[in-house]
Amino acid sequence: MLSEKETHEIEKELKQYKTRQAAGVEALKIIQRSRGWVDDEGIKDLSAILGMTPDELDGVATFYNLIFRKPVGAHVILICDTVSCWVMGYEKILSHLKNRLGIGLGETSPDGLFTLLPIPCLGACDKAPAMMIDEELYWNLTPEKIDELIKRYGWKG
Amino acid sequence: MSKIYIDNKEHEIKDGQNLLQACLSLGFNLPYFCWHPAMHSVGACRQCAVKIFKNEQDTKGRLAMACMTPASDGTRLSIDDPEAKAFRSNVIEWLMTNHPHDCPVCDEGGECHLQDMTVMTGHVARRFRFNKRTYNNQYLGPLINHEMNRCIQCYRCVRFYRDYAGGRDLNVFACHNHVYFGRHADGILENEFSGNLAEVCPTGVFTDKTLRRHYTRKWDLQTAPSICVHCSVGCNTIPGERYKELRRIRNRYNGEVNRYFLCDRGRFGYEFVNSDKRIREPIINGNPSTKQEALKHISSILSSGSKIIGIGSPRASLEANFLLRTLTGPENFYIGSSDADYLMTSEIIRILRNSPAPSPSLRQIELSDAVLILGEDVTNTAPMMALALRQAARQRPMEVAKRLRIPEWDDTAIRTATQGINSPFYVAAPYSTKLDDIAAALYHAPPDDIARLGFAVTHMLDSSVPMPEGLSDEARSLASGIAKDLVSANNPLIVSGTGCGSIAVIQAAANIAWALCKKGKVASLSYAVPECNSIGLGLMGVKGLTDAFRDSEENTSALIIILENDLYQRTDAHTADNFLNSFKHTIVIDHLLTRTASKAQTILPAAAFAESGGTLVNNEGRAQRFYQVFVPDGMIQESWRWLKEIINIKGLPYASSWENIDDVISAISESLPVFKRIKDIAPAEDFRISGMKIARQPHRYSGRTAISANKTIFEPKPPHDPDSPFTFSMEGFQGQPPSPLIPRSWAPGWNSPQAVNKFQSEIGGPLKGGNPGKRLIEPQQGNQVSYFSSVPSAFVPRIDEWLVVPVYHIFGSEELSVLSPGIAELSPKPYLGLNLENEKLNIKEGDEILLTINFTEYRLSVRHIAGLPKGIAALPALHGINKTTLPNWGRVLKLKN
Amino acid sequence: MSERPLTQNMRPDGEALTIKEYERTGGYQALRKALKMPPKEIQEIVKNSNLRGRGGAGFNTGMKWSFVPMGNDAPRPKYLIANADEMEPGTFKDKMLIELNPHQLIEGMIISALAIEADIAYIFLRWEYRLAAARAQKAITEAYENNYLGKNILGSGFSLEMHLHISAGRYICGEETALLNALEGRRAIPRAKPPYPQICGLWGKPTVVNNAETFSNVPHIILRGADWYKGLSRSTDGGTKIYGMSGRVKKPGLWELPMGTSIREILEGNAGGMQEGYELCYLIPGGASTEFLTAEHLDVKMDFDSVPKVGSRMGTGTLVVIDDKTCPIGVLHNLEKFFARESCGWCTPCREGLPWVTSILEAIENGQGQAGDIEMLATHGESLWLGRTFCALAPGAMEPLRSGLKLFKSEFEQHIIEKRCPWR
Ligand SMILES: Cc1cc2nc3c(=O)[nH]c(=O)nc-3n(C[C@H](O)[C@H](O)[C@H](O)COP(=O)(O)O)c2cc1C
Ligand code: SF4
Ligand code: FES
Repeated sequence: MLSEKETHEIEKELKQYKTRQAAGVEALKIIQRSRGWVDDEGIKDLSAILGMTPDELDGVATFYNLIFRKPVGAHVILICDTVSCWVMGYEKILSHLKNRLGIGLGETSPDGLFTLLPIPCLGACDKAPAMMIDEELYWNLTPEKIDELIKRYGWKG
Repeated sequence: MSKIYIDNKEHEIKDGQNLLQACLSLGFNLPYFCWHPAMHSVGACRQCAVKIFKNEQDTKGRLAMACMTPASDGTRLSIDDPEAKAFRSNVIEWLMTNHPHDCPVCDEGGECHLQDMTVMTGHVARRFRFNKRTYNNQYLGPLINHEMNRCIQCYRCVRFYRDYAGGRDLNVFACHNHVYFGRHADGILENEFSGNLAEVCPTGVFTDKTLRRHYTRKWDLQTAPSICVHCSVGCNTIPGERYKELRRIRNRYNGEVNRYFLCDRGRFGYEFVNSDKRIREPIINGNPSTKQEALKHISSILSSGSKIIGIGSPRASLEANFLLRTLTGPENFYIGSSDADYLMTSEIIRILRNSPAPSPSLRQIELSDAVLILGEDVTNTAPMMALALRQAARQRPMEVAKRLRIPEWDDTAIRTATQGINSPFYVAAPYSTKLDDIAAALYHAPPDDIARLGFAVTHMLDSSVPMPEGLSDEARSLASGIAKDLVSANNPLIVSGTGCGSIAVIQAAANIAWALCKKGKVASLSYAVPECNSIGLGLMGVKGLTDAFRDSEENTSALIIILENDLYQRTDAHTADNFLNSFKHTIVIDHLLTRTASKAQTILPAAAFAESGGTLVNNEGRAQRFYQVFVPDGMIQESWRWLKEIINIKGLPYASSWENIDDVISAISESLPVFKRIKDIAPAEDFRISGMKIARQPHRYSGRTAISANKTIFEPKPPHDPDSPFTFSMEGFQGQPPSPLIPRSWAPGWNSPQAVNKFQSEIGGPLKGGNPGKRLIEPQQGNQVSYFSSVPSAFVPRIDEWLVVPVYHIFGSEELSVLSPGIAELSPKPYLGLNLENEKLNIKEGDEILLTINFTEYRLSVRHIAGLPKGIAALPALHGINKTTLPNWGRVLKLKN
Repeated sequence: MSERPLTQNMRPDGEALTIKEYERTGGYQALRKALKMPPKEIQEIVKNSNLRGRGGAGFNTGMKWSFVPMGNDAPRPKYLIANADEMEPGTFKDKMLIELNPHQLIEGMIISALAIEADIAYIFLRWEYRLAAARAQKAITEAYENNYLGKNILGSGFSLEMHLHISAGRYICGEETALLNALEGRRAIPRAKPPYPQICGLWGKPTVVNNAETFSNVPHIILRGADWYKGLSRSTDGGTKIYGMSGRVKKPGLWELPMGTSIREILEGNAGGMQEGYELCYLIPGGASTEFLTAEHLDVKMDFDSVPKVGSRMGTGTLVVIDDKTCPIGVLHNLEKFFARESCGWCTPCREGLPWVTSILEAIENGQGQAGDIEMLATHGESLWLGRTFCALAPGAMEPLRSGLKLFKSEFEQHIIEKRCPWR
């Protein structure tokens, strides 16, 4: 069941678009915002509102990068793996993060705190390497800065 | 006509094609995947690349996808260009990077388009040395198997399922080289045409699950051209047999009828032929016997000189029915349909024979640009007609596309430009149907009110027909909208049928078509009828079952012969019992041990459709010939042959000289003028190509010499076929025979069903030499028709009683197909359908109730049916339910929660 | 210093210009002027200014608009879309323009909407640009409040709705027809052209898609005229260009410079040259889908006509500098991995070819290269080229590969022979 808040926000989005389907991506993001990811039930309930079948909505949901169809940690780290960041030391940053969190790309830390995902160019090429945690962008990353950041998000290790 | 130059040679082509179509139509081999002759171009697979040159001087050229390039006058292209060839072989190489190469264990092996195209491009050696990605497979129900690793992402499955067939539960998921084709979650595919995925998929992702249980390679299947017997549409099929078992059904292309597709009932309903309910030897008074004993027994009955009564069958061939009629004389030959079916079908025949509006072929239905469906749930009664109607809904977008100068084959462009607009499409039916999604407006009403709507539409078109009295404003404005759309269309179509059990509806449909004709429109009129030969039988006989029941009182000493018919499906048990008991001698000729058969003294084992040949007349009035695929085990023989032998015993001088089916066909066409053309449907038995008959077994048929090695070390002589120009052997002609005699689609280099390209005179057009079948009923131009005028009065709901209307199920409402395990699994349990939103009842879905109609009681559970109007209940036409008296009033008593 | 119309009024503190600040520096004057002009005249001025699309292909913007059906018979509604899906690796200019001066984009869009008589406008923004999203949304609201958007704009009778659409990630969404599918809530697969979006775009209606930077130029052109605009440029293309540079340079960043500024000026004048201890090895001129240039090309002018003369494209005009301490095969692998992951999965060469290319490059980089790998890469460079794939993503992916194969032949061979990466 969609929560009242979810339903309310989705209704608002529906007004922005010419067709119900067009509001789909935005609506998926609404569900994701409240649940962290989009579960099967979310797909079913939402597809009914959008006049789509679950198969149709899921075809859209699974296309896009930032719709999570599997559970993610409390915080999602999107680490830019594209050229400028790569040149500026992405690999070092990544291996530091992996060591700290004990996980690889696409995984969630055992404490459920972080999910680590690669992302194409974050548009911070002049401040590379860069990453996002949830909705915040961080740049000019160094191993020290990363330690400080993940601590800020609750890392205790 | 345009000229194009292929590798510097000039060719004439029809206008409006793309280069791929043009090349294939000219007989060139050009590989492709995403393009499909019925679904056209999207340019995804990039397999059909050719080199295009600006002019004669241009030697460099540029690569382009043939399927996305218009074949305009003067186009110069090269198929053989080295760069184009290299690119095409690259494309296969890419597709192969992730393909599992599991041909030996793949059901598609030997008839795989991917195999064919791989060989065609010359890609032979693997250079990809990295890991392949793998997928999980899904459970998609009892009919279709899923093996995703074989996928080459041509997108045909979703394009067929969604865009062509209107299904919404199959889709493409994910992105880049992870794209996945399947359902959101495991589950039974909901679309009635899902079986076509097995033919549309160019490799082994979607395959026939029923074949899998008794798997045989294409090259080991004995095949012959056949006709589907599971509804009145008469789709052309290719059944395949091995070891006396029917293994599968495939589509047989007929440009006027089913073209590239079949419905799931037709494709998967074949297993009744292998059923353990089959009668395999004669039975006399409950004892198995031999053919000789049976004939002797019959001879002794006949010698008493008693009168012979014949009950024909709408699911038996013209030949069998005709021989029975010959044996009994027309006066003692009764049409074996239920009373209601008989009356409705006769009315339809009368209408079509006097109609200025033609009865369209499926192809013509596809080309209609405005449709009114009056009272028929087409998807469940004549499924392939529903698929054709879906294409009709796309005629309007095609016109829009034409105005935008987008070619007909540019599928994505048309969809982008037209954004889901449809041709005017109206559905009037008692409940929601599967075509509702393309309808501009729906009208859910009981049959009488549907008829009234039809009369109202007629009135809007021709005011000489009175407006039904007391019509609601809503119905009135709907009728005027419908009328407006129908007159403004180029090819309006009215569809109706026997489905809702109302003659008034049938008549109302005719009225509309006639009124349109009177206005100068090229309107057509299509009726769905109950069975595969309802029209053929209706054209042959004049008396119905009620007549038989009435006459039985004076016929008690007579011998009754019942041909391929279960009277318990035609009337209530009480009447059937009484009727059958009233005869001293009963002979049933059938292939299944029905309740009727089990009551007979003598049962003769009849051949099922794949074991016999004959002629069927479909709902269009098209007579089509089907051929025996294999010689069955036991003492089974064709019904007509049993009857011929009985005629011989009886000694009818003129009939005794008939030797084979051709003689019977000639006799029919000579004695009944309406059937005059049936002898022209297909070449006669003595037809030879280079002195040869046509081989039913393909040139690669394996194990022939060993096939009965467990019984004898000698290779038995193949059975002789006295009735057709086919052999039961791989000896014989293997090339392209005349179109009615094509036993399989197979051509050099083309092992998959796509080989059909090679049999067509142009891609997607008629077969070389014309499409098989002959229309027996043609429109009566200039006929002064007189409108039907008996308008039923408006429906008035009753207190405490419901008008029970029949509801049909593609899986379950047809008696033969439901014996196939896959179909049986999909068939619902009997239920009573109520619109629980409408009725203020203390009943929930799933509650048990007792339904009483005409003293018959049914214990049923309740199912919610959307759209049913107030006061109407729906009863499914399923085994154990007598639908022959529906619609009728019934009472409902709640049993328990 | 030359004029910098797009950026000169931006606040140095990184905050966005509010509507008041924007108006104070002449903002929305161009709109007031345009509202009095016939649409065709706006089109004409923009065409004459030789504003070329900043999305990468450099098509004349006014020309693009001229294909839109106009007048009373034109299908309605018509749409205008700002492409701010910026995901081209190394590119970060649209982000800055929206973050610091969202009203400039909005004004440009309103004027452009006027020019094609559009009814509805969308800003198509990628999700990751959170700050840009917040600021664009605020600016749209302000514009509505001041009747620059909405019904009867400034009493002119012209109405325009504007919405911010935030995507959910995929590079292909930036391709203009895939973008339309994304906006319709479908899978973002490119569409076949023809029909072109100007005739048959969003929901089948006439639609213009332009890059966010392209629109940001429009108010200035209208206000100061085509000749002035052309005068800003040092080449035949009109105007200034937001150039950027990243990699191991002293001062990576973005600068608005006259169109046609040379690479050397950007590298040495603006980016402060290479960092200590690093040498310039080669550079990617305008986003990942452009061919590499080398030190010998430093004097090439960055504009749409000059860069192609040396075998590449200006693309987005944001340069990535690759230094001598970075393995070129590693760079290629990184680029191709990006493209393979972002392929939409529609056409075979791109869907299957790019992962193969990526695997080969990875193998070579890891010391597992084999004889024949270079030829295989070259084959892909040919067979994923223009016309062979459905859209321009795969050919774009082949641009760096093709040039890499030419430039780094010996580095490739070294990797394969030595079975290791000499840089690691
Ligand atoms: C794969 C691919 C990605 C693209 N991404 C973008 C993008 O992020 N932003 C953009 O403005 N144009 C992008 N483009 C170009 C657009 O298709 C389109 O040409 C452009 O938005 C037109 O705007 P312009 O004429 O103002 O340059 C992309 C093209 C391709 C083939
Ligand atoms: S080149 Fe083909 S697969 Fe790649 S993004 Fe374009 S359409 Fe999709
Ligand atoms: S058949 Fe032409 S691209 Fe697929």
